[in-house]
Amino acid sequence: MLEKLESVYQQAQAELTEIRDSAALAAWKSRYIGGKGAVSQLLRGIGGLTPEERPVFGKRANEVMAALDEAYAAREVLVQDIEMAADLEGAALDVTLPGRQPAMGRLHPSTQTLRRFSEIWAEMGFSVYRSRDVETDEMNFTLLNFPPHHPARDMQDTFYTTDPDVILRTHTSAGQIRAMRELGGGGTKPIRVVLPGMCYRFEQITNRSEAQFYQVEGIAVGHNITMSDLKGTVAEFARKMYSPDAKVRYRASYFPFTEPSMEIDIECFLCGGEGCSVCKHTGWLEIAGSGMIHPVVLRNGGYDPAEWSGFAFGMGPERIAMLKHGITDIRNFWANDSRFLEQF
Amino acid sequence: MQIPLSWLKELVDIDVPAEVLADRMTKAGIETTLTYIGVPQQHIPGIQMPPSDHLVWDRERIKLGRILEVKPHPDADRLVLAIVDYGADEPEQCVTGAPNLFEYKGIGPLEAPLWTVIALEGAEVWDGHSDTPKRMILKGRPLRGIYNKSMVCSEKELGISDEHEGVILMHDDPGKPVGTPLQDVFGDVVLTVELTPNLARCYSVTGVAREISALLDKPLRMPSTHVMMAGPDISQSVKILIEDADLNPRFTAMLLMGTTIQPSPEWLQRRLKLIGQRPINNIVDVTNYVMFESGQPLHAFDYDKLVERAGGIPTIITRRARPGETVETLDGQLRKLTTDNELVCDTAGPLALAGVMGGAETEISDGTTNVLLESANWHFINVRRTMQQHKIATEASIRFSRGVHQAQAEIGVRRGIELMRQLGGGTVSSGVMDVVAKPAPRIAVTLYESEIKRLTGMAVGIKQAANILVRLQFDVTLRADSLVAVVPDHRTDISDDPVIGQADLIEEIARIIGLDNLPTTLMDETLPEQWSNVPLEREEHTRDVLVALGLQENITHRFSTPEAEALLIPRGAAGRPGLNVPAGADYVRIANPIQPDKTVLRHSLLPNILNAVRSNLRHTSHQAVFEIGSVYFRVAGQQLPDEPSRLAIVLAGPRQPDHFSRQAAPSADFFDLKGIVEGLLRGLHISAWSLKAQGGPSLHPGRSAAITIDGSVAGHFGELHPLVARAFGLPADVPVMVGEFDLERIQNAVNPLYGTAPVPTTPPVYEDIALVVRDSVPAGDLHAVIEQSGGDLLRSARLFDVYTGSSVPQGHKSLAFSLVYQAEDRTLSDAEVAAVRKKIVKAAQKAFDAQLRG
Repeated sequence: MLEKLESVYQQAQAELTEIRDSAALAAWKSRYIGGKGAVSQLLRGIGGLTPEERPVFGKRANEVMAALDEAYAAREVLVQDIEMAADLEGAALDVTLPGRQPAMGRLHPSTQTLRRFSEIWAEMGFSVYRSRDVETDEMNFTLLNFPPHHPARDMQDTFYTTDPDVILRTHTSAGQIRAMRELGGGGTKPIRVVLPGMCYRFEQITNRSEAQFYQVEGIAVGHNITMSDLKGTVAEFARKMYSPDAKVRYRASYFPFTEPSMEIDIECFLCGGEGCSVCKHTGWLEIAGSGMIHPVVLRNGGYDPAEWSGFAFGMGPERIAMLKHGITDIRNFWANDSRFLEQF
Repeated sequence: MQIPLSWLKELVDIDVPAEVLADRMTKAGIETTLTYIGVPQQHIPGIQMPPSDHLVWDRERIKLGRILEVKPHPDADRLVLAIVDYGADEPEQCVTGAPNLFEYKGIGPLEAPLWTVIALEGAEVWDGHSDTPKRMILKGRPLRGIYNKSMVCSEKELGISDEHEGVILMHDDPGKPVGTPLQDVFGDVVLTVELTPNLARCYSVTGVAREISALLDKPLRMPSTHVMMAGPDISQSVKILIEDADLNPRFTAMLLMGTTIQPSPEWLQRRLKLIGQRPINNIVDVTNYVMFESGQPLHAFDYDKLVERAGGIPTIITRRARPGETVETLDGQLRKLTTDNELVCDTAGPLALAGVMGGAETEISDGTTNVLLESANWHFINVRRTMQQHKIATEASIRFSRGVHQAQAEIGVRRGIELMRQLGGGTVSSGVMDVVAKPAPRIAVTLYESEIKRLTGMAVGIKQAANILVRLQFDVTLRADSLVAVVPDHRTDISDDPVIGQADLIEEIARIIGLDNLPTTLMDETLPEQWSNVPLEREEHTRDVLVALGLQENITHRFSTPEAEALLIPRGAAGRPGLNVPAGADYVRIANPIQPDKTVLRHSLLPNILNAVRSNLRHTSHQAVFEIGSVYFRVAGQQLPDEPSRLAIVLAGPRQPDHFSRQAAPSADFFDLKGIVEGLLRGLHISAWSLKAQGGPSLHPGRSAAITIDGSVAGHFGELHPLVARAFGLPADVPVMVGEFDLERIQNAVNPLYGTAPVPTTPPVYEDIALVVRDSVPAGDLHAVIEQSGGDLLRSARLFDVYTGSSVPQGHKSLAFSLVYQAEDRTLSDAEVAAVRKKIVKAAQKAFDAQLRG
């Protein structure tokens, strides 16, 4: 009996190490350690042993039972791992199949650029002031030092309405006087605002020009604001908008409502100033028109130009998005072709 | 304006390469680009210029030559043999078919010198016979039996012009010995300058030379204004009468008697071509030449025609046109005049449109012998208006309309009459007929050193400031900490207002110093008070919520037409396009529309965004878009229109993008759009809103709704009316969901201080109930009754099924709700839940006669 027990024990152990699935494991369990298993059956034959043999056999049989129980438990964990590994392998996907696209919303590229503008200017203390699209000739031109019939008006082709002296603003500068009068406390308070908005020019719609476009105007008026401050402020903007080491160049220019006036160029970020088709081989990209607010305009805004000074700048988000993303046709912005908009 | 560098160099020493000059000028506010004629482009470190693809004339192989004789070709009638001296020991024989050499063919050695340009073997030239620009290298080969390895060149072959009718022939001495490399004879760089309106003084070679003189600090050599006068006093020959001194502050004239009309000398013709003018004859050419040189437009009259018209000594009268008057201008057009037009007249009537264009009757002809030269000053704004009125832009009117200083009039007339005398002969009458009706003001500006620092941020010493202004020809008196600058008599852009005048001078100082040389600083100034722009913040938040809901932002043109907007109203229906249009509001109408589809500013966002959706549906099946922007209502009694903001939403096509793993999703319907509207309102924390069925004439009457906030309509949305969809050319098989909302009304309802409920810690009890009601009972109304009657213990009620069928009585429907009961402080007992449910059912029964189902 004892030999038989040992032989069953060894055979059970040997078989168990071969088992790799839960069905075989369950069969093994009932074959050896279940209620009707080999060890239990041997124990049931204990009556045929001598009283001396019985405790020895009984003790040994219990030891074998305990050892096999333990071995079973260990094997069960192993078999579960093996089976899970097999399951996982069988559930493998072709990961190169396309993913399910959620319906994704996006902001229009002009909105994205306008937001970036406002963020950067807000960091420098400029609040956003919005002004109207349909303006008086006076706000858009006369008070900005474009006298009626002045040749400077030729610089901006204007949409007129059928109401006399009511036009579509040609630039967001049209809001300058409103901002100064509304926020300047009758020429007693400094102001710093940016004015984003849609502007309109009587221009044929081509890949290079649009009849409507966004502009962002910025003005700062204070007791102690200089052209050097204008340079530094716009350079700071350029570093934040383009790159920390953006190089900036300043050219004298002319706008009726600023004096001195300047154009601001940044080194072409596509060619690094080497010259390419985007910068027309000049190495520079025009990003803003600017200048010190003209004394006439300060006066019209309620400030005494002998005491107060200020600067103004204007830039176009579409143009900047075009430069940054290699857009060659400005008509894309208002055509709303989803194949264009989905790229932003 | 185009200006040859060679011409500028006569007026000012330019000791820097053209590229450096162009860069300096551009930075000083005169945008300058370069065109090369025969000379190489120089590459200057730090200056990027567009690469030029012009022909560089080979110094060894393209030279000034002289034709000694033109012999016939023995075997070809259409070819000749030009014997050309180019400074070598032996002259070169060129076989050529140039038609302008045939007049010299076979007449033996030429007596009068005839200069030309010769290109020798190996030289690169443009192919004169090619229609497209093509370069070629001269190679030796026989031409009808005679070996040829060089050629006499046309202007086209050298890249000077498109002229290829004949080769370059010069009778006037070009001033250089034969054999000189052509680069050293005609090589040049032409500057193209873009002039902003403030640079009126630069519309001339002298004007630009003056700027260069200041920039490079080199002296300016003004052209001579000396005139040899030998005739009788001009006052015996002409009289001048100015009627309106504002429009014509000054009028000068000089008279040249007994001159000869003939072609201008070659140097003058070459110069005119370089600046883009066509040579005509010596008198007309001088008027153009002096205008480009000095900036002062001139006009030459045939004096005899004036005498004939006057029947004696002519009187020039400048005056406003009389109503109904006409003048025939040089371009042959009969101009109908208004009293805004200033005229040059005589006693017999109009002669010319002042400052704009001369008249046909008294113009110079080949038979003219006596020339009266006018050099006048006209009011710039009046000239500009006349130009616009008659749609004429001449070189003269372009200059006058930007402003010419009246001091230039005398300079121009003296320079012009003397050149005419030199080129055509004759005798100049003594004196200048000069009437100054309104003298130019003398402007002196006091500039303080402190003011320069205040505006530029740069400490510029008053001496340095004075130096710069002197370089710009201001007459400067230096004081301790200030200077007084008298404005030179070529400038009209410096103000006599003390503050503005200083700003004008500071601009000059800053741009000559160079803006790159100014310090770069940040504002040293107390920060003005900051405020938050609440409407903008809410508008941006609205965008964010809509994007999170899966919508793509669109921005369309704000122009439309009343006809396009009218498509929103189906035939037979009443109503106006747009939402919340004020009673009686009209369109803002564009007086000069750029396109026929852009005649007004929109009342509704929908037409343009629907058109964009239609275009997109040609290449994609799915559209989920929104736009936020203004609409424009012209309201009676207001000068400017109302510009309220609107939000538009459009959905079309499958509510989900396709994927191989699933069936195509159904098209978005009313409930997709309603879900987005609800999501938006939830995202904005707006709770006090209500819906009512039917959202206006543009929408499907049974599948649309109007949303009300605080008792007023804040938007309407739903399925686009099929007739409207058809009118916009939208596909018939895809329903289109649209909504338009009044952004202000929505934003005003935003509650930024919305409250929150604690996260519950007690277990909820879930229960479904189905209530049978008549078909006409709105689910939303039943839902409201459930929520209200459920009290505090009913946490939520969600409708999950709508059923009509055999187990529900005819004309009824079963609405099934999933209810969640929960108390904040305890686990609810079955009895408590049962009590609430009973209340709910009872309330539903009372309100809608609802029966608990099954």
